[in-house]
Amino acid sequence: MQGLIGKKVGMTSVFDENGKNIPCTVIEAGPCVVTQVKTREKDGYTAVQMGFDDKKEKNTTRAEIGHFKAANTTPKRKVAEFDGFPEDSYKRGDVLTVDLFNNDTWLDVRGWSKGKGFQGVVKRHGFRGVGDATHGQHNRLRAPGSLGASSYPSRVFKGMRMAGRQGNDQVMAISLRVMKLIPENNILIVKGSVPGPKGGYLIITK
Amino acid sequence: MNVVDKEYAVNNEFPAFKAGDTITVHYKIREGSKERIQQYRGVVVQIKGVAHTQTFTVRKMSGNIGVERIFPIASPFIETIDVNKHGKVRRARIFYFRSRTGKKARIKEKKY
Repeated sequence: MQGLIGKKVGMTSVFDENGKNIPCTVIEAGPCVVTQVKTREKDGYTAVQMGFDDKKEKNTTRAEIGHFKAANTTPKRKVAEFDGFPEDSYKRGDVLTVDLFNNDTWLDVRGWSKGKGFQGVVKRHGFRGVGDATHGQHNRLRAPGSLGASSYPSRVFKGMRMAGRQGNDQVMAISLRVMKLIPENNILIVKGSVPGPKGGYLIITK
Repeated sequence: MNVVDKEYAVNNEFPAFKAGDTITVHYKIREGSKERIQQYRGVVVQIKGVAHTQTFTVRKMSGNIGVERIFPIASPFIETIDVNKHGKVRRARIFYFRSRTGKKARIKEKKY
């Protein structure tokens, strides 16, 4: 997939030509510096590795400093690989900007969702809980209910939905409509929401 | 975010108004294929938000029933806004106005 690394800036809303108020997400996409080009001969697969968002040299390991120096750039906070670019299309040190998406109407955006901690079954899986607060319900308002039958199968099936950690998962928002590109500020505006908090890193692919 | 605000900046020239002012909003309504303009007159209760996502709430009495309508400032359906009266209020959001009825539900006009 061809793409860029970006950062969520925030959400807003915009009126379209039909007068509908459209919810939008503002993403700072790129500029990304190509830090390494993986080739079939050397690495066994082809990909373009790129970095985004500067970080201080004192927060960077020596190995990383060397890696970024080879691409003639400053240390980057987020590095990712993209495999959709044709071979030999980029070399180390090349800069990709949001212009990459000039001809696209739909984009996929991948990120890490906000962590919710240990959550019950109502929030995590959409169980309805017990409808009544009375009629003998003492402390079972949001309980999961039965986990299965008794003597047969005599066990709980694998994958039974229960309470647990929610969020902080990798989530992909598929086919988001591109509302606007502002190349001078590296801004990409898409329709709808995008996983993660403001300032969270995103992988935007065609 | 500032860049985006600038990009979508509202360039309609409505007169400035504040909470407590009485305004008339000329609002386009689409009925089938026909378009007509409806006037909605009332007191501004609050102005909320920033830049192009700003909204304002207008309260009017329709018979005995209070009606509040929220307009986005960037809405393409707003034709014009007339300011009829400048009210003298001390607050930016006059929620107390909702519970006032009769003679108490009056706002003094500002004199310049």
